[in-house]
Amino acid sequence: MTTRRLAPEAVQPSSFAFNAENAEWAKGQIAKFPEGRQASAIIPLLWRAQAQEGWLTRTAIEGVADMLDMPHIRALEVATFYFMFQLAPTGENAHIQVCGTTTCMICGAEDLTALCEKLIGPAHTVSADGKLSWEEVECLGACANAPMAQIDSWVKGGFHSDYYEDLTVASFETLIEGFRKGDYPKPGSQTGRFASEPIGGATSLLDDNTEAANASVAIAISEGAT
Amino acid sequence: MSFDFLTDKDRIFTNLYGMKDRSLKGVKARGHWDGTGAILGKGRDWIVQEMKDSGLRGRGGAGFPTGLKWSFMPKESDGRPHYLVVNADESEPGTCKDREIMRHDPHTLIEGCLIASFAMGANACYIYIRGEYVREKEALQLAIDEAYEDGLIGKNACGSGFDFDLYLSHGAGAYICGEETALLESLEGKKGMPRLKPPFPANAGLYGNPTTVNNVESIAVVPTILRRGAGWFASFGRERNAGTKVFGISGHVERPCVVEEAMSIPFRELIDKHCGGVRGGWDNLKAVIPGGSSVPCLTIEQCEDVLMDFDALSALKSGLGTAAVIVMDKDTDIIKAIWRLSKFYKHESCGQCTPCREGTGWMMRVMDRLVTGDAAIEEIDMLQEVTKQVEGHTICALGDAAAWPIQGLIRNFRGEIEERIKAKQVGRVTAAVAAE
Ligand SMILES: Cc1cc2nc3c(=O)[nH]c(=O)nc-3n(C[C@H](O)[C@H](O)[C@H](O)COP(=O)(O)O)c2cc1C
Ligand code: SF4
Ligand code: FES
Repeated sequence: MTTRRLAPEAVQPSSFAFNAENAEWAKGQIAKFPEGRQASAIIPLLWRAQAQEGWLTRTAIEGVADMLDMPHIRALEVATFYFMFQLAPTGENAHIQVCGTTTCMICGAEDLTALCEKLIGPAHTVSADGKLSWEEVECLGACANAPMAQIDSWVKGGFHSDYYEDLTVASFETLIEGFRKGDYPKPGSQTGRFASEPIGGATSLLDDNTEAANASVAIAISEGAT
Repeated sequence: MSFDFLTDKDRIFTNLYGMKDRSLKGVKARGHWDGTGAILGKGRDWIVQEMKDSGLRGRGGAGFPTGLKWSFMPKESDGRPHYLVVNADESEPGTCKDREIMRHDPHTLIEGCLIASFAMGANACYIYIRGEYVREKEALQLAIDEAYEDGLIGKNACGSGFDFDLYLSHGAGAYICGEETALLESLEGKKGMPRLKPPFPANAGLYGNPTTVNNVESIAVVPTILRRGAGWFASFGRERNAGTKVFGISGHVERPCVVEEAMSIPFRELIDKHCGGVRGGWDNLKAVIPGGSSVPCLTIEQCEDVLMDFDALSALKSGLGTAAVIVMDKDTDIIKAIWRLSKFYKHESCGQCTPCREGTGWMMRVMDRLVTGDAAIEEIDMLQEVTKQVEGHTICALGDAAAWPIQGLIRNFRGEIEERIKAKQVGRVTAAVAAE
């Protein structure tokens, strides 16, 4: 178990509102659930609020609770229970989440977290230039492409959340510095592997291969990744 | 005995790597969504019987027979809606198979949701995907939208007269939400804390209504099983271990990958054929976790001719789990590798029951000291004892999952743990002598 608390009042903004696009999107989420069960939409709404604001503020949690007719305390419980909710400010350009669980660890993740310490600073703090933050997270479900990191970014005019896989210290350093400058580096394998087929080439499903990028990378490219 | 490797013509996941045309046109050209309306036309009882005959066992870790599980749902509605909930939380360390299905072969899952929901009288299905799978969620949503537009799901799905809605929702990074009742709590907008059972979800699940929770892969294989026949599926793997299976092999093999193979494939054949063998050769193998972080590890001797299926692995006091194979070579600090899992379980315990909340922390702290060797030999037995006190004494199986990897470590690598402690003690004595 891990105890998680809200950021101190001093850093909390005084108000929150979804922008028009997100407010419309939120209606769609709520409509997925039966009448009277709108609380079911809380996780997607909090996540969207975080994407919009960069982190999950107290006013955002309370605002979402009000939209869903939930007591504030219930929404606070949810916000503090789930680890993806960032309860304190993150880097302006990117928040880097390095997987540290066993497969990634035995494939070199400790070198990646050491690099983050060196280039960004202590985990869960924002770098001196304000651009980056990082943390170690648990298995991200991409172990055949270990070691890897998920990077949430606010670059090229939007929010993106991508997996960067098959990392080395060198390729990871290039990525970190890219995000620091405001670039949006192409996600997926950093060694040129297509998806999770065996490194060096698939041993099955060899015919009629026509797609240019895997599904995750294709979406990122549509959002401006290069 | 030579093993018959699965060939592409018998692969259910025809686009697991996403390299082939992912559009609905491409999907249909590969045989998916073929005659789905006619399958529904054969009726609920036929579908459930066929699933029982296929021998499919749940792919989410516990291996419970899927057809049997479906038959627990009430035959008629008492006025309450029925639900199918798909467990797409995939967070068991080592596991990365459902991800490939959802982003690259999503229509297998969507078609499976329609058929399974129909078979259980559910007009609505929720897929709960882990929050970190942002791109996978987007890829899957695109496919759901396509299926709606094409009339495959929605009102009068596939022209069958059956109305069916499919909704995608997500979590936000809590492993415990993979436990089926925690998942339901989360889907209801609460903290993901497992419920006491009974009542079981088939009686009171989502919003108190009859609900079945199945893993992504369990549902995604359904359409092909029904199209090709229960006998076809059962022809792969040994008795009680039927079918094809998506394996995820990670760690110290030359070429880690996700691959669909026939169940009961010998471990060595699996990694030689698809992964280029153990890094540095077979003799460089130290240990294997064959089914995700919750199952005990195996030694090289045990891996020599073990088959990758439920029964063979449980005979070795391990398990097939999610078929997430973590391979560790001789350079691996096996004590530290298992310690990292203890850290994981401590982090992920929901804190609801005392043996798990306190026990996971306790076990991790002893493991901390085993890693550095700063422990007494007696503590190994004490740790074993603590695992026994956690195992079987908690609301959900996370407590067991935290205990088993440690039990496997002690059973198989006790000598190594003792050596490390002794080396440290000698070091301390030598240092003390030197200091005098
Ligand atoms: C702590 C814990 C985590 C679990 N995580 C998952 C998961 O991520 N995905 C999954 O399908 N099943 C998971 N399960 C198993 C589910 O509780 C459930 O047995 C499964 O979804 C049933 O599907 P199946 O019958 O198709 O295998 C987990 C169980 C426990 C105790
Ligand atoms: S066993 Fe652990 S995770 Fe499961 S309900 Fe109890 S405290 Fe929560
Ligand atoms: S252990 Fe890192 S992605 Fe699974």
